[in-house]
Amino acid sequence: MQLIWDGLFVGSFYALIALGYSMVYGIIKLLNFAHGDLYMLGAFIGFAVLSSLGGIPASLSIGALLVVLLLSMLLTGTAGVLIERFAYRPLRGAPRLAVLITAVGVSFSLEYGISAIAGPNPRSFPIRLEGEVFNLIGARVSLPQIVLMIIAGLLMIGLNGYIQNTSTGRAMRSIALDRNASLLMGINVNAVITRTFFIGSALAGAAGVMAGAYYGKIDFLMGFIIGLKAFTAAVIGGIGNIKGAMLGGLVLGFVEAFGAQWFGGQWRDVFAFAVLILFLTLRPTGILGERVTERV
Amino acid sequence: MSENVDTTLAPKKIRPPSGRVSRLFESKWLGWVALAIAVAAPFVNATPYALNIMTTAAIFVLLASGLNIVVGYCGLLDLGYIAFMAVGAYTSGIVAKAFDLPLLFTIPVVLVMTVLAGLIIGAPTLRLRSDYLAIVTLGFGEITRITANNLAITGGPSGIFGIPGILKIGDFDFQQPAVFYYVTILVVAGFVLAAARLGKSRLGRAWRFVREDEDAAEAMGIHTYKVKLLAYTFGAIWGGFGGVLFAGHLSAVAPTSFVFLQSALVLMAVVLGGMGNMRGVVIGALVISLLPELLRDLAEYRYLAFGVLLIVVMLFRPQGFWPARGYEPERKPAEEREAVAVAGEQR
Amino acid sequence: MSAVLEVKNLHIAFGGVKAVDGLSFDVHAKQIVAVIGPNGAGKTSAFNCITGFYKPTAGEVLLKGAAITGKRPADIAAAGVSRTFQNLRLFPDLTVLDNVRAGMHLYGGQNWADAIFHTPRFKRSEAAYTEEAHRWLDFVGYTGPRGVPIRNLAYGQQKQVEIARALARKSDLLLLDEPAAGLNYSEKQRLLELCHRIRNLGTAIVLIEHDMGLVMEVSERIVVMNFGREIAEGTPAEVKANPAVIEAYLGRDEDGEVQSHGDA
Repeated sequence: MQLIWDGLFVGSFYALIALGYSMVYGIIKLLNFAHGDLYMLGAFIGFAVLSSLGGIPASLSIGALLVVLLLSMLLTGTAGVLIERFAYRPLRGAPRLAVLITAVGVSFSLEYGISAIAGPNPRSFPIRLEGEVFNLIGARVSLPQIVLMIIAGLLMIGLNGYIQNTSTGRAMRSIALDRNASLLMGINVNAVITRTFFIGSALAGAAGVMAGAYYGKIDFLMGFIIGLKAFTAAVIGGIGNIKGAMLGGLVLGFVEAFGAQWFGGQWRDVFAFAVLILFLTLRPTGILGERVTERV
Repeated sequence: MSENVDTTLAPKKIRPPSGRVSRLFESKWLGWVALAIAVAAPFVNATPYALNIMTTAAIFVLLASGLNIVVGYCGLLDLGYIAFMAVGAYTSGIVAKAFDLPLLFTIPVVLVMTVLAGLIIGAPTLRLRSDYLAIVTLGFGEITRITANNLAITGGPSGIFGIPGILKIGDFDFQQPAVFYYVTILVVAGFVLAAARLGKSRLGRAWRFVREDEDAAEAMGIHTYKVKLLAYTFGAIWGGFGGVLFAGHLSAVAPTSFVFLQSALVLMAVVLGGMGNMRGVVIGALVISLLPELLRDLAEYRYLAFGVLLIVVMLFRPQGFWPARGYEPERKPAEEREAVAVAGEQR
Repeated sequence: MSAVLEVKNLHIAFGGVKAVDGLSFDVHAKQIVAVIGPNGAGKTSAFNCITGFYKPTAGEVLLKGAAITGKRPADIAAAGVSRTFQNLRLFPDLTVLDNVRAGMHLYGGQNWADAIFHTPRFKRSEAAYTEEAHRWLDFVGYTGPRGVPIRNLAYGQQKQVEIARALARKSDLLLLDEPAAGLNYSEKQRLLELCHRIRNLGTAIVLIEHDMGLVMEVSERIVVMNFGREIAEGTPAEVKANPAVIEAYLGRDEDGEVQSHGDA
C-alpha cells in the first residue's frame, strides 16, 4: 500500500513534466532536452522569489506557496517561450541532428547559467512543507503530499480541458496532425507553438517549485535525471499523447516504487531507464500511442 | 583530399576551399605538423603539470575521434559515449589488478568487452529514430555509471585505485610521465589516422549515405542496420582504448569521471570542430580540453560558455568551424575543360 | 520461367485505404514496361512493395523465380533490383562521384582493415570505384562537374546522377519512378534514348510515368492502374484503345455506357 502511494505521488510529478515533453513533441516533433532544466529553473525562480520576499510566517506557507507557484510558472513559461523563439525556431526544417544538439546546448546553458548565478552547491528552499503524517488505508500519508497531488491533478485537468475545449487547443491538435494544412487553414502556427512552449514550461516550473517545497533542497543539476524520467513517462504513455503522458507518469512512478523495493533503492534509476529501453524497443508508440506507418 | 580542386566549378552557395588559411588547413602535411608539435611539446615544457594536461588532452582527442565516427560520419547522436570509456577503463583496471598484469596485456579483454558493450547498447536501440536514440544512449550512459557506482567489483563510489602501470621492461618503466605521454601520443595518432582512413573508405561512405538518407542507402543495397552497428562498434573500441589510457594515466578509476558532462564535452568537441571532418574534430578536442586551462579565472563560466557556443554554432554554422568539405578532384584535364564549358553554359 | 519480375496479386493497405488492391504483372528480360494511372492510383506504393519499403499485406513478388516478398530493401537490392525515387533521393552533401559510388556498395573488394592500413587491395578497389563511377556518369551522358557536392547542381543533372547511381548497382531490374518529371523536351528525348541503351545492357526497366508521349514511345507493354487495381495491360496500341483506360483518364460518360471496372 505504501508503495502504491509513493508511486502515485512521485508519478504525479513525472506526469506534470512529461506533459510538457509530450506537448512539444506532439506539435513540432522536437525532443526538448532542456525540458528537465526548465523544471530546475522553476525551482530556482521560486527560490529567488521567496528569498526576496523575506520571512514568511510558517502558517501561511501553503498560501504563499500558491502565489510563488503562479509567479514562477509565469516566469518559467516565459523562459520556455524565449528558448523556443531564439534557439529552436530558426532551426525549424533543419536536420534533426542539428536541432537535438541545439537542445543539448540549451540544457547546458541553463544548468551552468544557474550554477554561475546561484552557485554550484545545493540551496535549501526557504519554505518547507511540513505536516502531520497519518495513516490512510495502510499507507503513511502526509498533508503536503496530498496538497501537492491535488495541485498537480488540478493543473492536469485544467490542461486537458484547455486542449479539448478551446480554439487554441483545437489548433494545437490540428498542428500536431499536419502543420502545413493548419497553416493553410489560417491557423497562426507560430503563435500556437509559442503558447505550447509556454504551457509546457510553466507546468515544469510548477513541478520544480513543488519539488523544492517538498524536498527542501534544490541544485542546478536536479533537472537532469528528472528530465530523463519524464521522457520515459512520455514514451511509456505514447509520446505526443497528453493523456498518455499522465498515465505514463503514474505507471513509471509505480514501476519505480516497486523496482526500488525489490532491487534496492540505488538501482531505482537503472530500473527506470531499463523500462524506457524496453518500451522503445518493443513498443515505441507507448501504451496509448497509435501505430504510425512511416511512408517513404 | 581536395588540394587541386578547380574552384571555378564550385557552386556559389558552398564556399570553395580558398584563402590561405583554409588551404593550409586542407594540406596533407597538417597531420604531420600536428604530430611534430605534439612530440616537441615536452621539450618546451616538461613539468609534471604540463605533461598531465597534455596527456589528458591527447586522450580527449582520441575520444572525440571515436565519437566522430558515430556522430560525424554516421549521424547517430550518442549522448552516453563516455560509457564506452568507462567500460574500457574499468575492464582494464579490474583485470590488471586481479591478475597483476601490466595494462598492455589487458587490451584483448578490453577489446572484447567494449565491442560487446557496443553491440549490447547498439543492437536494441539502432532501429530507433534518431531522437529516441539520443535519449536512450543518455540513459545507457547513466546506467553504466550507476552500475559502476553500486557494484562491489568496480569498487563502488570510490572506484579502483592502485592500477598497475602499462608496461615495465627491466628497469624501464613506461609509466614515467614523459614516456607515458609519448605512448599516448603514439596510440592517439594511430587511432586518429585510422578513423580518418575509415572515413574515406567504402564503409565510411556507407556511413555517410546512412547519415544523408537512410532509405536511399537501403535502396542501394546498404544494410543500414548493420552499417550503423559497425559505426557503433568502432566508436566503442575507440572509447575503450581511451579508457585504457585513462586508467593508465591516473592509475585509478572512479564513477565520477563518467558523468554526462563528460559525454557532452566530447560531443561539443565533435560538433564545434566540424562533424565528419577528422582534422576539425582534433582541433575542436584540443580547444575544448586546453582552453579551460588557459582561462582558469573564468572557470565558473566555461560550461555556460560551451553551452551557448553550441547553440550559436548550430544556428550560424551548423557544420562546425571546419566542416567536412565535399570536394574531390575532377577526372582528367580534358574532361575538366569540357565540364567547365557546360557549367559556364548553365550560368 | 524467363520472367525477371513477377508480381502476383499484390495488396497493400494503409488503415482502411487500399493503395494497391490485387496487382499482377510480369516483366521479362530486356523489356521496358510502363506503369501508368492517375495520381493516387497506387503506382508508387506498388514500387515500394516491390523494393521492400512497404510490407505487402498480401500477394507475392518473385525475382527471377525467387520470392523476395517482404524482405528488407537492402536484401532486395542485393537480389538484383535497383530503383530511383519519385522526388530525388540523392545524398545532397556528398559529391557527384560519391553519390554514384553508393550504387557500387555491393561490389565489396575491400574491408575495414584494408581501409585502415591502406593495403594495395584497398587502393586498387578505390581506383576501380572511381573509374566505374566516371564510366556510369558518361553512360547517362552527364557532363557537369563531378567532384562537387550534388546539392547545388541543376535538377536535370541531379536526375541523371540518380539514374547513374541506380545503374551502377548493375541490377537485372531497374525501377524508375517518374524519370521524366520536370525535364524539358530535349532532356526527355535523351532519356528515351538512354532507356533503350539501358535495355541493351540486358536490364529490364519498369517505369512510372505521366508523360504519355514518352510512355507510348518507350514501352513495350503498359500496365494501367486506377484505385489500386490494374484496369488494363497490353501494348501501347491496345491500351490506347481500351475503354476502361479512357474512362479512368477522362471520366465516365453520362449515359453510363462504360460500366465494367474489371479486366481489360
